[in-house]
Amino acid sequence: MKIVIVGAGRVGSAVAKWALEQGNEVSVLDEDPLSQERLMPDGTASWEDLGGQFTVGTALEIDALQEAGMAGADVCILCTDGDNTNLVVAQIARKRFDVPKVIVRVLDPYRAEWYREQGLHTICPTKVAIEMLEDAVVNV
Amino acid sequence: MYVIVAGAGKVGWNLARELIGKGHEVTVIENDRRRYLTVEQELEHAIQYGDATELWVLERTGIQRADLVIAVTGDDEDNMLICQVAKEKYMVDRIVARVNNPRNLEHFKLLGIHPAVSATDLILRLIEHEVPQYGLVHLLDLEEERLEIIELIVGERAPAAGQRVDDVALPDGSLIISILRDGMGFVPKADSLIEAGDEVLVVLDPGLEGPVTAQFAATNAAA
Repeated sequence: MKIVIVGAGRVGSAVAKWALEQGNEVSVLDEDPLSQERLMPDGTASWEDLGGQFTVGTALEIDALQEAGMAGADVCILCTDGDNTNLVVAQIARKRFDVPKVIVRVLDPYRAEWYREQGLHTICPTKVAIEMLEDAVVNV
Repeated sequence: MYVIVAGAGKVGWNLARELIGKGHEVTVIENDRRRYLTVEQELEHAIQYGDATELWVLERTGIQRADLVIAVTGDDEDNMLICQVAKEKYMVDRIVARVNNPRNLEHFKLLGIHPAVSATDLILRLIEHEVPQYGLVHLLDLEEERLEIIELIVGERAPAAGQRVDDVALPDGSLIISILRDGMGFVPKADSLIEAGDEVLVVLDPGLEGPVTAQFAATNAAA
């Protein structure tokens, strides 16, 4: 599978490394060139040496999305630190690039819910944390 | 009319002031605390502090009863999403979005955000209007209605120069709606005469610019 990951923070880079180990073709897009360091497991080999692709660019720029290979992607994961960027680029991936599977991280539970109702595959870590905390309180 | 303005920058603040002056009820939403406090000194209760992309903030300002939502923050993603939820979640009749970076205009279109206004685009159109090097000026694109209005200057030796409106060989799907001459404009009749140097406004189906322009451009072949 070809997987494009937008946002190479803690979550994005971890998912990218996992996806590459699973034998997928993985392309990562981030506006910060230094974020590539998170993708190097132990500093001995670079992300590209391991077969990964890395593009420096802003997610809203069509050129950057194209360079990252959005056009031929099977899966696109949006996990930049901005909910608004994630939600907009998810819709671009789906409507413009016809990516079959688009997964978007949304920290705001209220909007994650509404956009899920609109057909976007949203993942809300805040909601998960709330549920875990509530559960932890009850099941001491 | 109840208007919600997202963003109290120069555009948002002045818009709010004008709309209030015209007697409308306005709420501005600003998420920068310092900016909010500055603008609040003038607008008082007509501004609220908060992030307009958050649904509960929009609901607190009463988006359910808004007649118009204007998103003029400095962030294009924010403007897109504010308008998207206004239109699709809260069923607001009319929205207007500001485009900060003209390269994002296509994203606004993709998300169905219309109208999306870009200052760069507006100024470019004015420049084209003042310096019509292309021969034709796009005055208005009604994309959903699939119509556009263009302005052309009739060339010295253009096929249409000296002709009656009726006799100009315009393609089906185009119509001369006005002639501007010596600083005055009029709506032509079938027998109005077109003169070289006139500015004509033509309404047309998109794609007919070529054959329409050919009638008004100065061509040696037509002499």
